[in-house]
Amino acid sequence: MSDDKIRVLVAKPGLDGHDRGAKVVSRALRDAGFEVIYTGLHQSAEQIVETAIQEDVDHIGLSILSGAHMTLVPRVVDLLRENKAEDISLSIGGIIPDEDKEALNKIGIDGVFGPGTDTKDIIAFIKKKVGK
Amino acid sequence: MNIEELYKGILEGNRRALAKSISAIEDQHPKCEELMSRVYKHTGRAHIIGVTGPPGAGKSTLVDKMAKEFRDRGRTIGIVAVDPTSPFTGGAILGDRIRMSGLSTDKHIFIRSMGTRGHLGGLARATSDVIRLMDAFGKDVVIVETVGAGQSEVDIVENAHTTVVVEMPGLGDDIQAIKAGLFEIANIFVINKSDMEGCDRSVREIQIMLEMSPKSPDEWEVPVLKASARDNTGIKELTDTIDRHYEYLKQNNLLEELKYKSLKYNFQEILKEKLMDFSFDESRKEDQNILKSLKSGKIDPYTAAENVISRFKVEKK
Repeated sequence: MSDDKIRVLVAKPGLDGHDRGAKVVSRALRDAGFEVIYTGLHQSAEQIVETAIQEDVDHIGLSILSGAHMTLVPRVVDLLRENKAEDISLSIGGIIPDEDKEALNKIGIDGVFGPGTDTKDIIAFIKKKVGK
Repeated sequence: MNIEELYKGILEGNRRALAKSISAIEDQHPKCEELMSRVYKHTGRAHIIGVTGPPGAGKSTLVDKMAKEFRDRGRTIGIVAVDPTSPFTGGAILGDRIRMSGLSTDKHIFIRSMGTRGHLGGLARATSDVIRLMDAFGKDVVIVETVGAGQSEVDIVENAHTTVVVEMPGLGDDIQAIKAGLFEIANIFVINKSDMEGCDRSVREIQIMLEMSPKSPDEWEVPVLKASARDNTGIKELTDTIDRHYEYLKQNNLLEELKYKSLKYNFQEILKEKLMDFSFDESRKEDQNILKSLKSGKIDPYTAAENVISRFKVEKK
């Protein structure tokens, strides 16, 4: 009996230590029946992409509250491409200003979730992206 | 999914192929049996180490430190870390990697987190296949970390060559130490968090328990070690002892025996599952009738099982 489970990596790149949001989202995804791999704090883009490959995740959720998203996110996108793993989709959570949102859209990131987002919307977004 | 590509990828050391193969096995993809059948002949080279113990004893942190020590000795490593799946939603938080984040960019270490997905016994259903995949992939050492184990999650002994039981100071008295289960399966005991109060007492209690079991002189004597994964003490001694146990198994021809035991166990598990799928199918009318009789109280579970089996019994001539 085949049972395709959605696997999601929740990662915190960079230097900020605020992981409450990441934990709330992880918990919500767990309750939606996903397998959530949580990396913990202070991850480099290299660590995140390597973990995503080893764990064969369908999706990566990056939680960034440090303001460094315009450096960190493109780096993750590039590394995924270098590793031929661009089939793994991405979403971002945290404090992202509107003008940056547009810039991120341009490099293919359409899931940007700010404060106050209903976790149901994140679940629906990932389900649609992954299509399992 | 292309079996040929995955198979070749595993033998060539392609990490994505290994990762995809593991997912296929976990998801019980119909073609994965063929993959495993082909992979089997490339297995049997790795030293498989089981690490088990209660939740919070520090298994993941200890595995992290052990892996670093083995890497310093030039060995390549696979790690399988199992965490529980929710029985209500099927979801899981797999958090063992948090303690191992220093290992994730070492190309000679491959870590995989697994949810139990309803399987009891401390491992996931697919764990033994994942161990074999990592073995075929060429890892010298495969470390398997079980879910936080209570007293009866002892499946690990069917899969590991060396079983390390991790305890911490202050977990129960000497009566706990003579109960059956987890305490019986250790080849090596580690009292982790040795900086905490009561460590020496825990060591003594376990040693007394071990002295109670009669032993022949050439039998492996189960050591009780102290370690602190946080302070990085006792790690070298632990890895030395693990190596010594492996040598002991090889020199006494016990390794081959363990390998056979594990194969036999896997075979029986596969057979059980296949027989169940083959003999009982809820979409069939006659099987629905059995369930109906069971529900209405007309028959009991023993009779229900006997009714299924009687269909396949051949009359003796």
